[in-house]
Amino acid sequence: MATATPVQPELLRTLPSDAARQLLWGFADRYDLQMLVQSARAVARGPVARLVANGGRNSHEWTPAKAEMLEAFDSSGITAVFMDPEEGGLFAGPKNLVLALVAFELAWVDGGAATASLAGCLALAPIHERGTPEQQRHYMRLAAPPQPGEDRKPWRGAFCLTEPIPYVGVDTGMLNGKIRIVEWKPGEEPMLQVEKRGRFITNIGFANFVTAAVDSGDDRIKGSCMVILEEDDPGIFDRGTPTRKMVHQLSSTGDPIFNLRIPASRIVGGYDIKDGVLVPRHTHSEVIEAVFRRTRVTVGVMTAAKLLSAVEPVIRYQRGRFRGAETATPGSVRYELGLQAREDSLHRLTDVWATGEASASLAFAAARTFDELDPLEKEIEKLYAERGIMGGRAKAKLLREAADQAAALVQLSPADARKQPQNSDLLLRFVMLDSLADVLCPAAKLWNTGWGAQMMREAVSLMGGYGITEDCPGFLGNKWMDAQLEATYEGPEAVQRRQLSVTMTQPLFLAQLRSWVREMREIASEHPGTGACALATAMTMWLWTLDHLQHSKDADGGKLYQSARQGVTFPLADALCWLMAARCQILDVLRLQRQGAEDASVSEGLPGLVNFLTDLCHVQSARASGEVARICAELVFGYDRHPAWDEQGTRGCWHKDELDTLEGLIPGINSYALDVVGSDGSHPKKAGPCVSCHTAGPFLSLHTKLDACLTGSRLAKDRAAEAISKLMIPEALDYPA
Amino acid sequence: MSNAYHIVVCAGVVPDPLQTLEPITPATVPALKNEMMLPAVLDPWAAHALYEAANLAAHAAGSKVWLVSAAPKAKLQQVMMNVAQKASFELVPIDSPASGFADAHAVAALLATVIQSIPALDRSRLLLFGGWESASRGAGVTMQLVAEQLGVVDQFQGVDQLTVQPDGSFEILERIEGGRHLVSTCQGPPALLGWATGNLPEPRNNPQIGMANMRTIMPALQRAKAGPLPQDAIRYLSVTPPKQQRQTRIVKDRSPDEIAAELLEWIVQD
Ligand SMILES: Cc1cc2nc3c(=O)[nH]c(=O)nc-3n(C[C@H](O)[C@H](O)[C@H](O)COP(=O)(O)OP(=O)(O)OC[C@H]3O[C@@H](n4cnc5c(N)ncnc54)[C@H](O)[C@@H]3O)c2cc1C
Repeated sequence: MATATPVQPELLRTLPSDAARQLLWGFADRYDLQMLVQSARAVARGPVARLVANGGRNSHEWTPAKAEMLEAFDSSGITAVFMDPEEGGLFAGPKNLVLALVAFELAWVDGGAATASLAGCLALAPIHERGTPEQQRHYMRLAAPPQPGEDRKPWRGAFCLTEPIPYVGVDTGMLNGKIRIVEWKPGEEPMLQVEKRGRFITNIGFANFVTAAVDSGDDRIKGSCMVILEEDDPGIFDRGTPTRKMVHQLSSTGDPIFNLRIPASRIVGGYDIKDGVLVPRHTHSEVIEAVFRRTRVTVGVMTAAKLLSAVEPVIRYQRGRFRGAETATPGSVRYELGLQAREDSLHRLTDVWATGEASASLAFAAARTFDELDPLEKEIEKLYAERGIMGGRAKAKLLREAADQAAALVQLSPADARKQPQNSDLLLRFVMLDSLADVLCPAAKLWNTGWGAQMMREAVSLMGGYGITEDCPGFLGNKWMDAQLEATYEGPEAVQRRQLSVTMTQPLFLAQLRSWVREMREIASEHPGTGACALATAMTMWLWTLDHLQHSKDADGGKLYQSARQGVTFPLADALCWLMAARCQILDVLRLQRQGAEDASVSEGLPGLVNFLTDLCHVQSARASGEVARICAELVFGYDRHPAWDEQGTRGCWHKDELDTLEGLIPGINSYALDVVGSDGSHPKKAGPCVSCHTAGPFLSLHTKLDACLTGSRLAKDRAAEAISKLMIPEALDYPA
Repeated sequence: MSNAYHIVVCAGVVPDPLQTLEPITPATVPALKNEMMLPAVLDPWAAHALYEAANLAAHAAGSKVWLVSAAPKAKLQQVMMNVAQKASFELVPIDSPASGFADAHAVAALLATVIQSIPALDRSRLLLFGGWESASRGAGVTMQLVAEQLGVVDQFQGVDQLTVQPDGSFEILERIEGGRHLVSTCQGPPALLGWATGNLPEPRNNPQIGMANMRTIMPALQRAKAGPLPQDAIRYLSVTPPKQQRQTRIVKDRSPDEIAAELLEWIVQD
């Protein structure tokens, strides 16, 4: 019988190239974006890195050196990214992916630089999303960098929602900022007085305009809205003192005070007059929802960039750790491999790298989804107009019906002809993407930043004491702390979990998740090394658990899955994020493998790269599955009361006398029986009889199956670790430390 | 039109200088380990030539810049994502290996043939620009050979400055020993200038320029013809990196004198 000779799999040879990243993250056909990546990178690894290396982060104030960074953003195209060409921007069409790529490049070096750039977009976003056409034209043009031959300074903006305690923080409804009508001449525009205090407002040190959330303080104004404030408006525009923050110091943050008089035309999106009352067309929460829905994705990208940026400095540190010592002569293991001779060093770096890949894949998938969704949103608006659908209720009804139809189609097998409208019908495509985006965005923001911060700590620890010094190459110590801000601003983790706990239970999303179970199994059968099979089982377990929690009660009869019960909903949201990230990671690697084979810029070394990234997928899927299993088990069993050694608890237990009688009939039964109660009431020393799990039976079999699904995942980690120890890295980092 | 120049810049691509360069000899011609996978840049001296060309063209109405580059086209495309943002030019790509071990004569012949076939090129206005050396091909003869084949006899190497005089002639500064320059005057085009670093800083990226260039660069890359280089033109007996390796270190605030002294100490060690 012939035996197969094992072929040594090809190893990773270099760090993934730009061309490989373009394929992985789905912009290989976008030269405009590739160019902008280069442009942003030159700013990040040039002026930004020099600013950090020269101690630019050591002050809270807005300094001339920090201001120069903004000019570099202007001249390199970074500022103009947010605008359309007619507004002075670089290219037409959706901007989510490109903003994500810019954030990635800047955060690769410094999170504060990324924040400084993104905060400008955040200030404009309310106007972009909900502003009137005049507001959009006016402020976008002012904020666009000067065109050749133009002599003007671009306007900078700040976004002001958060207020001093006890007002707006996580809960954005508790608005204290107020608007009142101070003058309203018949037939003229009302004049408003705005009183607003901000807390932790980015860009405030230099902002020329502010988009601020305010509530009505006047019977003649209905509800809340956002308004645009300008620095020269009559009244107080006090920038406040700079926040003494320990993170992102290249961005400007402060607690401003505004008391300004503005025309009502500054209400974002305009207003109507109904029965003598000024009614803003959009409430502040509506605007904010539209804004954060997109901008939070970029924050998730920032932490992913940090993790991936840590790989090269850590490898260099590990390899060079003992060079120069008398006993570490060139050619010796100590000299060549340094700390990489130790398995744990490699394994932990593998974890950091795998998390970086998964989080980048998740956030870029979210950004691409919004790029797809943006034009559909506009088409849907047209569709409403064509069909004469007005008013929130009628629109919601149409969307609900479409969602039901889409959910039914998603369940059909891909070969089913009835499935076709899923990809062609505008409404169906819209509701599907929309429900996906509703989960992808908070998942990317929550998981990337929260878990990313944990893994950034791991990266820092791999550099030993060096990691927590200012001299650490790659500024890893800064990045660790910076990640915590990314988890906090633009809606901290609690906000994301709260949002997920609603969106992840929508039937259309659940239908898509169910279809991914099938998708993952199919992938697993073609690419068994990805860990997709474990992921499919973990997804099934998550779905089972959600269903169980939605239909079960705790030991005291309390409903389990409900919004007030964050102890149930929040962990389940966390668990889902692990699954989402690992799935996106696998899909990206498959895209690279598929398209890379035909692409001359990556074909060399492609098998080694794909093998390595596949192993990282396996490592990540195993970890994700483990997290899901842990969280689900806790939720499924944790709300039942443990049986005690009382009458009710021991009802299912054997009694010693019974067993002794039975021993005659079934010899040996005594040694099989657990939880035996003696005639004097004595019992084994433990909390109580073990739980009989009849309701959770399916869960336990899933759990057993999932445990076994982890088979091979550690071998994948060993292979990835070996590849890391052999891959070639540059001689030095391409930015100063 | 008398002041207009037709500037042809020849520039190859080389691995990013921070990469580890490890020669290997898989077949007859040596190569660098993982060369195709390493990030690449436009050959630094030739890149300076490009910036100088763009600057000169910007000050002489009607001028035009072509960038002729022989390199694997997939690699060239990646490099263009950065270089195309630095200056306006038309790319003339030749899909060929970019190895530093190729024979300079063969590369020069290839470049000269392609330059001759640029349709709109007025050879009487030709300024042939390139690097006086290459980061991958230190022979320092390629540009000279290209110029010979094109019949351009006014040749300058190690150029740091070109000043156009009021009468249209050029004053050219070439590097010589001891940090000094040789000053020459030349009537004007056609001429070859092999640039050292010049005086211009690397221009900042400007995506607007990049996007404009890309309109012609992408089609040119798609049409790029293969330019095979003979494998057996040169026989290498052995290839080794310098015996002594310097550990790269990043040290802040050190004076040029201290750096020079340290380098000298290292050079004379062997
Ligand atoms: C450097 C920096 C820059 C910033 N930039 C801006 C800016 O430009 N514009 C702007 O408007 N804001 C900005 N912020 C504010 C930021 O968005 C808020 O700090 C953030 O939303 C959290 O609000 P808070 O600090 O009041 O925390 P809190 O609301 O007090 O929340 C603290 C913690 O309490 C818990 N919690 C609170 N509410 C709930 C709940 N409902 N359910 C469960 N748990 C809950 C959570 O654990 C939460 O993390 C910035 C903040 C910083 C630090």
